[in-house]
Amino acid sequence: MWSRANLFGALAFIAVAAAAPALPPWLVSLATIAFANALVVLGLVILWRAGLVPFGQALFYATGAYAVALLSRYAGWRDVFLLIAVGAAAAGIVAFLVGFLLARYRDIFFAMLSLAMSMILYGVLVKTETLGSTDGFHVESGTFLGYEPRGRALNLALFWLVLGLSAVSAFVITLYFRTVAGALAMPARDNEIRLEFLGISVTRLIHLKLVISGILAGLGGALAALAVAHVDPNMAYWTTSGGFVFVTILAGVGSVAAAFVGSLVFELVRSIAIDLLPGFWQLILGSALLLTILFLPEGLGSLFYRLRRTPEKGS
Amino acid sequence: MLTTFAILTDGLVYAAYLFLVAVGLSLIFGVMKILNVTHGSFYAFGAYGAATAVGIYVERGWPDASGFLFMLLVAMAIGLVLGFVLERGVLRLVYGKDEVVIVLVTYAAFLILEDVIVLIWGPRSYGAYQPMVAAGSIEVGDLILSNYDIVLIGIAALVAVLSYWALKHTRYGRLLTVVIFNRETAAAFGINVTVVYTVTFIIGAMLGALGGAVMAPKISVTLGIGVEVIVLAFAVVAIGGMGSIEGALIGALIVGICRAAAVHLVPQLELFVIYAVMALVLIFRPHGLFTQAAPRKI
Repeated sequence: MWSRANLFGALAFIAVAAAAPALPPWLVSLATIAFANALVVLGLVILWRAGLVPFGQALFYATGAYAVALLSRYAGWRDVFLLIAVGAAAAGIVAFLVGFLLARYRDIFFAMLSLAMSMILYGVLVKTETLGSTDGFHVESGTFLGYEPRGRALNLALFWLVLGLSAVSAFVITLYFRTVAGALAMPARDNEIRLEFLGISVTRLIHLKLVISGILAGLGGALAALAVAHVDPNMAYWTTSGGFVFVTILAGVGSVAAAFVGSLVFELVRSIAIDLLPGFWQLILGSALLLTILFLPEGLGSLFYRLRRTPEKGS
Repeated sequence: MLTTFAILTDGLVYAAYLFLVAVGLSLIFGVMKILNVTHGSFYAFGAYGAATAVGIYVERGWPDASGFLFMLLVAMAIGLVLGFVLERGVLRLVYGKDEVVIVLVTYAAFLILEDVIVLIWGPRSYGAYQPMVAAGSIEVGDLILSNYDIVLIGIAALVAVLSYWALKHTRYGRLLTVVIFNRETAAAFGINVTVVYTVTFIIGAMLGALGGAVMAPKISVTLGIGVEVIVLAFAVVAIGGMGSIEGALIGALIVGICRAAAVHLVPQLELFVIYAVMALVLIFRPHGLFTQAAPRKI
């Protein structure tokens, strides 16, 4: 059964990749950002399944983005694969370090402390001149193993890169959810003490999940920095984290695919809403969030399962 | 010597501001176990309301003292209405859900209210400096202190004493203590918890709006002022211990003095220091300085 889902997912990715050259450039750019952010959301899903709401994922997102930006600015690194790998690794290391503190906390305290951590980075970025201060700085366009595309070709190359990494991440995380550590998320959420009586350290489990989600967020941030060609401290601000939490709720944590679809829908709705109703974006966002929590607590993804399950009950 | 004195006075003024914004947040968390992100909106609405009120009293030429009181009253009236509408209209629907879900609900309400501010007051910024100018200033040694800042400290002290007294020595305060201790037992003994919740939320909202009102003359009232306040108030409350009034006071003093010291000695660390202090306290006292760790339930 699950191999069929994988096949379907792979086909969907290939179809999107093949369709990209025919799509208008604005849509490709939008999808690039959406899938980069979806990687961050995927990281949130991992923690969310264990009952943790990270309100400071922007810490890892900004770490990945700034690692890329700083390396290309001060060290002159241009290769996107190298930059992204370092960005993701930097975020993973930060996650590993703050994990020693964060993994001890649950519920609201986890949310707040992760928020405080991201605000520390924000404070440092805003006040440090060499890190670009409040304006941030420009990120040079990268090269792909020596290939140096410009304009439309760069747009497409970045999109395929994001898409490829998304596909790999989606596959790896799907596998992870089936491992023991992945499957223990929900028991950890439901009753931690029972798990510990079974001889499992929940703190270590959550530390591992934090590092994985940190790497994903760093990957997303690194890709976003290359796609937008600019980094600024707002990437570390708590409203950025709030946006990721929002998409996670909207998409639901039931499946990996929901993160990608949810993120794409979110970016589309945002660009349309800002076009048609400027100044009402937060109002729409807040109302949608409220309605989702009240009427679709499992996220939009659950709608799909509900529709599919209903006829089965009858037969 | 001068720097030490300046750090202390600046720290105290900043602590007064922090306490005013944090106490309402702490109260709501203590009683209702809700981490209320909307608190930033209460602050912003209070500030905008105060700016409007200042505009009215300057235009009518009222005396400054009554104008100042008018400003506070307008802000608190706004807080009352807003608190009532939110608690009865939105939060009532989600009681009993997961704590984190309720945080997200208040986050949604916060986003909506951010745009409601634009709808009411428009995108421009407002100045409400008149009370601050009217208050004048005094010289202490080489240091010039604004009288308004002294009033601010006075108001914060008054709120601290009043809330402490109200909690310990009034009937309603004792009922609150019971509800804080155990909601279900309190309900079983005939305390109307629904009413307690509504009243608490309204008081918290009024305190948030009051914080915005007293700060309005010191800042430029502009879009997005509520965003920063939330994280600051969270930090203060987390240091002191969620739900404790004394905690909010001590947390505000610690953060206030540390920030003032950073501003005077190493300005680059201004923002960093607040959250660093918070992280440091939480490493050693995971639930804040004034809260006992609760045993885990199976």
